[in-house]
Amino acid sequence: MAEPMKIRAQLSGDLVAIKVLIGHIMETGQRKDPRTGQLIPAHFIKQLSVGLNGKTVIAAQWGGAISKDPFLGLKVKGAKAGDKVSVHWEDSKGEKSSAEATVG
Amino acid sequence: MNELNELRRTLLKGGCAAGLVAFAASAGLLLPGRALAAEWNKSAFEAKNVADALKGLGASGVADSRDILIKATDIAENGAVIPVEVTSQIADTQSIAILADKNPLPLLAVFEFVDGAQGYVSTRIKMGQTSNVRVVVKAGGKYYSATKEIKVTIGGCGG
Repeated sequence: MAEPMKIRAQLSGDLVAIKVLIGHIMETGQRKDPRTGQLIPAHFIKQLSVGLNGKTVIAAQWGGAISKDPFLGLKVKGAKAGDKVSVHWEDSKGEKSSAEATVG
Repeated sequence: MNELNELRRTLLKGGCAAGLVAFAASAGLLLPGRALAAEWNKSAFEAKNVADALKGLGASGVADSRDILIKATDIAENGAVIPVEVTSQIADTQSIAILADKNPLPLLAVFEFVDGAQGYVSTRIKMGQTSNVRVVVKAGGKYYSATKEIKVTIGGCGG
């Protein structure tokens, strides 16, 4: 269920503010289905990385307690207009997605 | 003859795909992350209390720090979506870990920074009940932490 990712990379000085919005269910594996009483299996993003011009600058590991449809705000120094910001994630079911945006 | 032809087709296809991958790799087209060395820290993320989570992270001798700023609401009406903003003003911040002390699995996330990435993270977290949010920063090989209590009126972890 890899829905499209939204990335915004806004430059001020040489600092780029990166905002990422990901469509993901982020199921913890702790919740019970109210009808069946069964645990809903976990399904969440485990690893995420952010690259600047193809070089990883931030590597994150997550548990299931990041909110559904995760939002992420980050800051990277040493960027200029036209640079490429890329985001890549992989979830607990092995699904993955990547997206790219241009610094402006 | 037909069989041979099919074999040839398959080989051509296979060879082509392999060639493309090699090309993509050499041109640096592969996005970062695929080759991320670090494996998901199972022992830390599946720890059921803060002490075990910290142990899983390898964080020992954690010192309180006023240079870690946690910006979040005091009272969260919806425990499923709590915006949290963390800034580490400690020089050479290498990583930021975010924990919620009373969540069933306290460790929420770990962010590692290299090459210009600032010790700053803004995200949204789930909390099952009122608890301290704990931020653990690794800088210069040492660990620092700060906490902030968030009151949760409706939990976001249970069903």
